[in-house]
Amino acid sequence: MRVLPNVGSFGPAAPEEILRPAKPWFVLSSLLVGLLLNLVPVSGVVLAYRPDFLALVLLYWCIQEPRYVGVATAWIVGLLMDVGDATVFGQHALAYAVLAYGAEYFRRRVLRFPLWQQAVQVAALLVLCALIVLLARFVGGARLPGWTYLAPPLVGAALWPLVSVLLQTPQRPSRSGSRRYTP
Amino acid sequence: MRPIPVDTPAFFNRGPSPLARLAFFGLLSLALLFADTRYRYLENVRQVVAIVLNPVQRVLEMPGAAFAYVADYFGSKRRLADENAMLKQELVERAPATQGYARVQEENARLRALLDVRAQYAASATAVQVLYTGRDPFTQKLFVDKGSSAGIQAGAGVIDARGVVGQVTRVFPYMAEVTLITDRDQAVPVQLERNGTRSVLFGNGTGRLPELRFTSPSADLRIGDRLVTSGLDGTYPAGLAVAEIVDVMRDSGQMFARIVCKPLAGIDHSEFLLVLSQSAAMPQRPEEPGEAEAVKKGGRVRGRRGG
Repeated sequence: MRVLPNVGSFGPAAPEEILRPAKPWFVLSSLLVGLLLNLVPVSGVVLAYRPDFLALVLLYWCIQEPRYVGVATAWIVGLLMDVGDATVFGQHALAYAVLAYGAEYFRRRVLRFPLWQQAVQVAALLVLCALIVLLARFVGGARLPGWTYLAPPLVGAALWPLVSVLLQTPQRPSRSGSRRYTP
Repeated sequence: MRPIPVDTPAFFNRGPSPLARLAFFGLLSLALLFADTRYRYLENVRQVVAIVLNPVQRVLEMPGAAFAYVADYFGSKRRLADENAMLKQELVERAPATQGYARVQEENARLRALLDVRAQYAASATAVQVLYTGRDPFTQKLFVDKGSSAGIQAGAGVIDARGVVGQVTRVFPYMAEVTLITDRDQAVPVQLERNGTRSVLFGNGTGRLPELRFTSPSADLRIGDRLVTSGLDGTYPAGLAVAEIVDVMRDSGQMFARIVCKPLAGIDHSEFLLVLSQSAAMPQRPEEPGEAEAVKKGGRVRGRRGG
């Protein structure tokens, strides 16, 4: 039975499954992909509902690999996002730093839940992140945007299961390896 | 008696606690936010990073552009023929105005020479294409595909086929940022086409139509009136179409009437725009009256002391 040994392992990992440590290059390149996805120029409805991919990826690594990705990394990545956005410097940096802290704060708990319940908690964090950006701009004199402002974080939370499955797949021990120990 | 060592072993040491880090980076971001909104120190940094990011963004546009190209390719012949017919008709409709233009301009130049008025506006413009709209939901911005390398300057007015779109607010070497007239910080000096009443059109932010502010309730404004640029700011040449009044609310309890206008230009869907060059010859701005008076007063005081 050596046909497609890895196919069965695509899917959410059980809480008790031990994942291999992530490779630093994988972490970095996933953050880069998140940043690029955020910078893809779109307009109209897609723009109004596009989630913050970078925040999602960042959140995943803050929860899964706190040794590599923490408040400092989040802050630097946030600065890059600010520059890419050509908006006020420091707003995403602040929001992502708080996001990373939030992830650090309840990362031990969040992993015990099934993915869709994790998504609910992630939604709270992403909304918080969006509200910090809002607050930063509001103090700077911007007007309140409509309720649609909260759509991207919610769409982002809905994508959480997909993102976490995608990002954890390379860390899962191969199926053929684990089969040896199961009777 | 030796003290008991209480240091944490080095292999558990993970640096400052997350809260300390958050406090540090949080304060740092607040400082950046303040510096940027208040002093605009970071424009140079932004320029450099924009140059680095530009090729990346161009590559990222490719899938969308390729999709649009393919869609165009398979676009029905019928639709293209319709569009062609429509454009031809539009051309014919505008023909009288364009054909007469040269003559009128010549006549105008002669009259101006007679009156000894300076040349008003040397029309020169750069056609640009919209790259994408700004991602920031708090502002109304567009990015266009030409920048300082094509001679575009910050502050230049931008129009499309139907009217004023906005103003160039930031110029990068190969890209420029255009703030739309619907942006909250944008104001356009306008004039009523019907009777020449001057006013200023203020943008109102995302999802809201711009308004004429500080207009008295008794002003002669009607729904359907067209507003054109008055040319008083030196940014937009006079006479460009800007907006149409869609609602006039006169409340006797209020000091001013509320006049809502709808931009005539295809603010959110025009693909090709024209950036007007800023060669409008404006006379030297007069001294601020407050300052001038202060100088005069100072002079007088000094004179008195001297005498």
